[in-house]
Amino acid sequence: MVIVGAPGLMSFITVFVLAAFVGYEVVSKVPSILHTPLMSGSNAIHGIILVGTMLILGQAHGAAQETLGFLAVVLATLNVVGGFVVTDRMLHMFKPRSDPKPASTPSTTPTGDDGSGSGSSGSPS
Amino acid sequence: MSRATATDLVYLIAIVGFIFALIGLSSPKHARIGNLAGATGMLIAVAWTFSLPTVYGQTRNLVLIIIAVVIGTAIGVPAARNVKMTAMPQMVAIFNGVGGGAAALVSVTEFISLPGKSIAIYKICEILFGVLVGSVSFAGSGVAFAKLQELMTGRPITYPGQQPINAGVGLAIVAVLIATVLTANTALLVVVVILSLAIGIIFVLPIGGADVPVLISLLNSFTGLAVAASGFTLDSNLLIVAGTLVGASGILLTRMMSHAMGRSIGNILFSAFGSVITATGADGGPDGRTVRTGTADDIAVLLAYARKVAIIPGYGLAVAQAQHVVRELADTLAARGVEVYYAIHPVAGRMPGHMNVLLAEANVPYDQLVEMDDANPEMATTDVALVVGANDTVNPAAKNTPGSPIYGMPIINADQATNIVFLKRSMRPGFAGIDNELLYDPKTTMLFGDAKDTLSALVAAVRAV
Repeated sequence: MVIVGAPGLMSFITVFVLAAFVGYEVVSKVPSILHTPLMSGSNAIHGIILVGTMLILGQAHGAAQETLGFLAVVLATLNVVGGFVVTDRMLHMFKPRSDPKPASTPSTTPTGDDGSGSGSSGSPS
Repeated sequence: MSRATATDLVYLIAIVGFIFALIGLSSPKHARIGNLAGATGMLIAVAWTFSLPTVYGQTRNLVLIIIAVVIGTAIGVPAARNVKMTAMPQMVAIFNGVGGGAAALVSVTEFISLPGKSIAIYKICEILFGVLVGSVSFAGSGVAFAKLQELMTGRPITYPGQQPINAGVGLAIVAVLIATVLTANTALLVVVVILSLAIGIIFVLPIGGADVPVLISLLNSFTGLAVAASGFTLDSNLLIVAGTLVGASGILLTRMMSHAMGRSIGNILFSAFGSVITATGADGGPDGRTVRTGTADDIAVLLAYARKVAIIPGYGLAVAQAQHVVRELADTLAARGVEVYYAIHPVAGRMPGHMNVLLAEANVPYDQLVEMDDANPEMATTDVALVVGANDTVNPAAKNTPGSPIYGMPIINADQATNIVFLKRSMRPGFAGIDNELLYDPKTTMLFGDAKDTLSALVAAVRAV
């Protein structure tokens, strides 16, 4: 790992700023009915720290680093699996009216979402 | 294609999965598919990471990683599967806390593995940011968990000299942070960790139960930012993007929640709301006004012959775990031709959108869950507003009484309905500790008791009408 100097620091900052805008844009479209799944879903996403903990433990030398790294992997795994399972359980419960009254169901056009999807996912690269 | 490029590509796919997970949440229809996309992205990223020489090549450490992942999964999956929906806020708090803890540990381990003198200042700053924010999130989420799980009081905790102590700890950590940046000393880092944990605790202690929705979204944002900081430390776009997505979303959600409370974020976090005001609320009651209490049969008649009924749930519904019974009542009324809808205040409950999840668990179709802004225009034509375990979110003082602690908070206009029915445990004021004049309104009928019991009595009484 490079320690001295700042190779690529600017490009990381660029990615950071763009990701902040993407996150803000995407999340501002979430209706309040789904705010709890949003909480636990984004919770699961920051479980990506698992990848970081794996890299750290992979390179760990000595008892101190290994212990800290091991603990980190356990915690991060808890975050990932817990986050996604809980979110899936919650979203599974959200169902539209099942009796024949489909007219009252709020309709969101999937095409609009697809459009914003490809737009936002392109920007972090 | 070199391995480094392949890694970048795989991680990019994971990032796209995460973004789709958030996009999916724009509607309940594709939210679940979105979440699966996110989980798939996570799986791909983790699987690929296992194949990297820095991981796969280190046999001894690889075994440690696998053991750790197995332990985490063995604890996490059953916990997430079995948790009751009413306990969801504390579950989210704990999963958030462990993420923050993991991010802090990554930064700490990275710090001690770096050779002493040649570390660039910006690198130390990234690491310290990760340690600080991750530790605050870890400790803060722990206290939030304890409050929500009722291991400790949900009321704001204040003590003499709180402000000076907080200021002292704040100054101390600034000093230690600067010293650590300058010396890159490991012993100082330990002090940073301890002080950060202390800050997480004293930061959350004065925040009361009803303000926890704001707190949880803020802590979620903190963990995201700590993960992004780890991404800077490890030169990983994947961690930077994923962490920042969460950080941005948490901040946005925090703003929405504080807006729905009509208060600034600073006021919610630093004013120990509810602790001071409880005193004034106590002497607001006994001034000769009387409330009208009804029997389940009276109210059943009122409901059964209504045209349109609004159910306004609050935290009391969650405490009584009455979501299934309330749905039974709604169905019984609907079977009689009554139009029933749920009017949901954004901060009702203990986390953002709490009521929606509870009612969804009871199989209430989501098109019956009406947001406050859409519900309020309906109130004037609603015959009965049935308030179940809510108080402050329907208190007209928010509109009419300048100087009231909740003045300016958007409320559900239950007062505009033709009749109002409160299902409450007692006359005790709501979390804000202020009297609710709506309880004394001539249009209001009270039915005291546990929400589950009173709702069951109402279901039976409506069937008998």
